[in-house]
Amino acid sequence: MKAFEGRIGLIWSGLLLASVLALPWFKGGAIGASALAEGVAGRAWLLPLVAVAVALTALTFLTRNWRVHQAAAALVGAGLAWLILQGFGIGLRGPALPGIELLFPAAAAGQPGFGWGAWLAGVALIGALAEVLAARGFCRGERFAAFSIVGIVAALTLFVFFPILKLMSAAFIAPDGTLSALPFLARITAADLWSVGCLTGAGRCGVVINSVVLGVLSAAFATALGLALALLVARTDFRMKRALRAISILPIITPPFVVGVAIIVLFGRTGVVTVEVAEWFGVRPSRWVYGLPGILMAQVLAFAPVTFLVILSALEAINPTLEEASTTLGARPVTTFRTVTWPLLRPALAAAFLLAFIESLADFGNAIVLGGSYDVLSTKIFFAVVGAQYDLGQAATLSVLLLALTVAAFWVQTRWLGRASYVTVTGKSDAGLVAPMPLLIKWAAVAAVLPFVIFTAGVYMIVLIGGFVTDIARLEMSPTFGHIWTAFSFEVGDRGLQLFGSAWDSMITTLWVSALSAPLTMGIGILTAWLIARQDFAGKRAFEFGTLLSFAIPGTVVGVSYIAAFNVPPIDMTGTLWILVICFVFRNLPVGMRAGIAALAQIDRSMEEASQTMGAGGGRVLADVVLPLIRPAIFTALVYSFVTAMTAVSAVIFLVSARHNMATAYIMGRVENGEYALAIAYSTVLMLVMVVCVALMNLAVGRRKLGRRTAVTGTAQPAQ
Amino acid sequence: MTEPAIEFRSVVKRYGDASAVAGIDLAIAKGELMTFLGPSGCGKTTSLRLIAGLELPTEGQVLIAGRDVSRDPASARNVGMVFQSYALFPHMSVLDNVAYGPAIRGTPKAQAQARAREILDQVGLAGLEARLPSELSGGQQQRVAVARAIVQQPDVILFDEPLSNVDAKLRRKVREEIRALQRRFDLTAVYVTHDQEEALAVSDRIVVMDRGRIAQVGTPAELYERPATPFIASFIGDANLIEGQVVEGRFTAPGMTLDVPGQDGPATLSIRPERITLAPGGPDRVMTATYLGSRMEYLVAAQVGEMLVSRPIFEPRLAAGQDVSLHIAATDVSRVA
Repeated sequence: MKAFEGRIGLIWSGLLLASVLALPWFKGGAIGASALAEGVAGRAWLLPLVAVAVALTALTFLTRNWRVHQAAAALVGAGLAWLILQGFGIGLRGPALPGIELLFPAAAAGQPGFGWGAWLAGVALIGALAEVLAARGFCRGERFAAFSIVGIVAALTLFVFFPILKLMSAAFIAPDGTLSALPFLARITAADLWSVGCLTGAGRCGVVINSVVLGVLSAAFATALGLALALLVARTDFRMKRALRAISILPIITPPFVVGVAIIVLFGRTGVVTVEVAEWFGVRPSRWVYGLPGILMAQVLAFAPVTFLVILSALEAINPTLEEASTTLGARPVTTFRTVTWPLLRPALAAAFLLAFIESLADFGNAIVLGGSYDVLSTKIFFAVVGAQYDLGQAATLSVLLLALTVAAFWVQTRWLGRASYVTVTGKSDAGLVAPMPLLIKWAAVAAVLPFVIFTAGVYMIVLIGGFVTDIARLEMSPTFGHIWTAFSFEVGDRGLQLFGSAWDSMITTLWVSALSAPLTMGIGILTAWLIARQDFAGKRAFEFGTLLSFAIPGTVVGVSYIAAFNVPPIDMTGTLWILVICFVFRNLPVGMRAGIAALAQIDRSMEEASQTMGAGGGRVLADVVLPLIRPAIFTALVYSFVTAMTAVSAVIFLVSARHNMATAYIMGRVENGEYALAIAYSTVLMLVMVVCVALMNLAVGRRKLGRRTAVTGTAQPAQ
Repeated sequence: MTEPAIEFRSVVKRYGDASAVAGIDLAIAKGELMTFLGPSGCGKTTSLRLIAGLELPTEGQVLIAGRDVSRDPASARNVGMVFQSYALFPHMSVLDNVAYGPAIRGTPKAQAQARAREILDQVGLAGLEARLPSELSGGQQQRVAVARAIVQQPDVILFDEPLSNVDAKLRRKVREEIRALQRRFDLTAVYVTHDQEEALAVSDRIVVMDRGRIAQVGTPAELYERPATPFIASFIGDANLIEGQVVEGRFTAPGMTLDVPGQDGPATLSIRPERITLAPGGPDRVMTATYLGSRMEYLVAAQVGEMLVSRPIFEPRLAAGQDVSLHIAATDVSRVA
């Protein structure tokens, strides 16, 4: 055991030593350009790091247990602090902190961003920090848990909070580069943000008003529709139940734009429906669908399944005996529904509403395709960054506003609703029959759901056939594979397989990014879930809130914040594949985390403790006991993060580059050019690829039969 | 005296402001079965988890086999634990469950499995190695849990309310099995329960805990017959508490005097219901008489207050309303305050 502890110490100090002596310190540096070489050559500020590495290595050899030695804590702390200070203190073109060039004259020449050496030095120091903390009783001395927490906190700080802080500071930077509150105040009070002209009839509304109006309408319609769907599925013998549940999955695997494009194809000025209506009723075709009506339609279609699932789970959780009690007391079905069912559902309705509201504010894909001149925050941010006038300050200010709105909604949802929910599920069996739905309400629900079903069918019909006919937008319906061929043509010739199609690059990048980010997201998410559910450590509540908070940050804001944070040294990684992967990992983290926490809540904690008392460290406990028992959650996290990585657009649109383009960004380009058929064809391929990949994952992760063991609680079950 | 197997030295465990364990000192001898007994929230389970390493003390030291393990995680200690829910791994066979510990600690797989078979044989589970835990009865699962805890010859085996998931009728049998195994393997054992009868039956010594502190340590007989405080007197078995005054070695309360050594001043005496004898006729009166099959229980209104009396079934029975006189021998009372 003791020898083993010594070895772990050697791994971190060895890694640190290698990173300062052997690896290129700077981004794009030559093999020999280590911190030592660079330091000797004039960049003297790197030498303290070399000294820390040497001293730490000496300590691991010289002391019996370096982890508890005071000097180790001091060295690790000083090393980390200096690594960060010198990285941010000396920028690409010179000192970022005034005065540093007096200490190090060579700093005036600046330094490039972190390379392999610097990154690994950071990892090694964080590892050593975890060891030092664990030796002092952090995480009950479990080094694996300590390392996980320290590592995840460091990663979250770097990839979630640092960009947001950087973004906020960018909001205060004037066009001439100076820092002051005036430009922020000027931007945030501008009329094009807050004008209520459209309501009073004097022109257009401000972009904030637009966003909020859209959010409220969209959330209200989506919640109403979700309620109707949930009531039909949970409380009636409606025949299309299965179909309704299936429909709820569709938006998750549908790339953005597709629904928007389908709506244009149906209702645009030359749209299928528009033309028919014009012929039959003599209505002049117009562009009415561009703007609020179009976005609203697309968003309700996209969010209704989410609200449906939220309300359905609440509806199914209502103990039927409550409704039975009401009936036995003499209440008619309508009265029971009004006085018992409805009040119990209210928290879920509010939760669904807020969820849809947040999603609507964060939505970028539908707004950009269908928005027309109806500006919302997410599109406005986009045009401030990629438009003709690159204005990061403006984008940052709008992002801060958008962030404030979503975080406020998120806060209301977690704090206020967290207390208001009535959980009526108990361990006892609730053998009751659900109350019959009042006829009136049933038919109202059917009336609400029917148009939704027809509409969804129409949209997906367009998606199915649109890619395989000449031009669906003009109703030229002759079948063709031309669009697919434009995107994915290839040739097998003398020089092997050659890919000519215009979409291959983005498709391959997308697959790479998804394949890299899905396991990472799942791994970190499940690990985080395990830490939150099972470990007690100082600062746990803040840790939990921090991880969940990243859920409330809209994709557009993440995109802009990554540009603000990672365009310059020490961490310059825009334009790489890694920034795409990292972006997805930290955006999707909360989903894996929630799946993990839910699964862990079902598993008796003493099984892990048993494993510990038999000698397993944190990593073994996780591998031997936890992971085999939460396989379904792992699968969910994996599939979700993979699918999201393939279909998300809002954050990546800022981060793609010519070299690393993604499928969704490519499709958006086609939509902007009006090449709808190509966009639809590519989307169809994308959805097919996703289905195949999910099937493969199902095979790989496998759902090993748990036999007839239904209880994973480890409790005794007397034999029959 | 030889080195204790387990030692608590001024151990404190706090969660925020609340103390679960508020300073305990205790030595557990090798081969002894020590029970932590107390009402819920008294700190007995926390104390057990402090030995296991599933909690680390806020202050003080925990020593196992003479070594300070206060900062060692559970995985670095050599303890076996039987959990309340057994915590058998549902995805592993019985054999894999028992071989898990040795395998984790580096024993080659074949050897680990051979050792596991051996232990399973000794606890009477031979032939069930390939089953999954869910395919065993409650009693069998319990034995697997015990086998898994002792397979590594731990310094100490910990039982966390091991009978709470066992059918009431089986409890006596399982409890005797545990005791027999502990003696056969000469294990140091720490046992946690809130059931005083179980504690009396199974222990060499009992630690009674109250609000994070040790109230009394002693053999079952000592605790039952010489409780140190009113809390212990009424927590273990039934007790009649009589308040009065001691003056020059004589205890006086309304209607009774007894020779009780000790300091003068206010005093509380404890007397067990079965130590009180009743004679027909006298100043006291039977209020209720309850037939309990193995004994009669009477609630008697005496001058010192209401007294619970328990008499063997073969004695002449008394009826409610009857006048009686109550007799207490000085050797049968304990001064508890």
